[in-house]
Amino acid sequence: MWRRRPAPRESEREPVSPAPPVTALTIDAMGRKCPIPIIMLADQIGSVGLGATVAVLADDPAAFTDIPAWCRLKSHEHVASYELPQGGWSIHVRRNY
Amino acid sequence: MAYLDAASTEPLHPAAREALLAALDVGWADPARLYGSARRARLLLDQARAEIAEVLGARPDEVSFTSSGTQAVHLGVLGALAGRKRAGRHLVVSAVEHSSVLHTAGVHERDGGTVEAVGVDVTGRVSPAGFAAAVARPGTAVACLQTANHEVGTLQPVAEAAESCAAAGVPLFVDAAQSAGRLPIPPGWSILAASAHKWGGPAGVGVLAIRKGVRWRSPYPEDERENRRVPGFENVAAVVAAAAALRARAAESAAESARLSDLIERIRREVPRRVPDVEVIGDPVERLPHLVTFSCLYVEGEALLTELDKAGFAVSSGSSCTASTLRPSHVLEAMGVLTHGNVRVSLPRGVSADDVERFLTVLPDIVRRVRQSLGVQ
Repeated sequence: MWRRRPAPRESEREPVSPAPPVTALTIDAMGRKCPIPIIMLADQIGSVGLGATVAVLADDPAAFTDIPAWCRLKSHEHVASYELPQGGWSIHVRRNY
Repeated sequence: MAYLDAASTEPLHPAAREALLAALDVGWADPARLYGSARRARLLLDQARAEIAEVLGARPDEVSFTSSGTQAVHLGVLGALAGRKRAGRHLVVSAVEHSSVLHTAGVHERDGGTVEAVGVDVTGRVSPAGFAAAVARPGTAVACLQTANHEVGTLQPVAEAAESCAAAGVPLFVDAAQSAGRLPIPPGWSILAASAHKWGGPAGVGVLAIRKGVRWRSPYPEDERENRRVPGFENVAAVVAAAAALRARAAESAAESARLSDLIERIRREVPRRVPDVEVIGDPVERLPHLVTFSCLYVEGEALLTELDKAGFAVSSGSSCTASTLRPSHVLEAMGVLTHGNVRVSLPRGVSADDVERFLTVLPDIVRRVRQSLGVQ
């Protein structure tokens, strides 16, 4: 499948390469297919404090789109997605409520 | 079984079936020859061409028949690029075009050309200003925009795109596969592609229309058929049937499209009321009359399709687990909407309101059960 190039308007969704900052919680969803990474995130986001950040490690390409979309639907904040050297992403979400 | 997947293929229209059987008997001879049966086949073919051209807003000599909508796209885009080689090698597409357009763009890129995919907003619509800016880039040979998106139903600003293309002197290729026979074709296209089985014609008939004066060169070896645009012996009977279906659809479409659009409106309104954590996708107003897509949080698309099939509903999905590639739909990705738990409902002509009602009745429990199986309350 021919993949689209990074569209400029979606710059905040594109993965960034510097090392991801430390987060309050890391959820390891490597090797898990969507919707499992999102179910894990929804289950555990309540265990960090308000305004704290959760990192979801995932390598299912659907998670790269779906976690930011989940944040939009659930009014949490998608902070950034970092590409991991071993493949996949660390997707950072801030708890808003 | 309630068939709610018209966007994949529309069931054969009764008028097409009748025309197909009749044309198989009288239209089998070679339309390129000069004896009686051949002239009869030629007459049938050209009559069908004139009828299809009229509904699509083209001149008969601008219309050629291909063996599929996909082939019409391949020929349309590659031929336009070949005809514009001296103007440049840059191709502009929207990020949500059908895969046949994007795969053609991939071929162009491997041949040393460049491609820009113009992004879309969360409804799946390309911004006219963004498209205009991309087209205005020096060296742009061709631009491609669909009339409506095949997965989410959002209509694209084709008329505006055509104006910016005309201003930049760039031909606009328009993929009308999802809207032809359902909505009027927007003005301004240079090359148009459509597919008969999407409007109730038989499979195996695509339409390639090239406006008079548009530079186009076939990427295939030379062949005398179809105005030297499409290689191979014409499928006269299927073309006749395609024309019969399109004519019938055009006559019915005002009333039927409004009826289907009301049913879609009901699905758009009721699904989020009856099912928690659902996102209805695509533009609620500027959309195809017969198609709606929604995504259910915490649900696997494949499980949803299987359960709906068991309950007697044929629908489709853009979720990755339902695709052979194991990638989510590029359309949903480009829109930035949920790709899992995705369901596309597209209503065929004549669908009963009862079937839609029954779908709305069984859906909440199916979603609840699939969520439960994944441990979601």
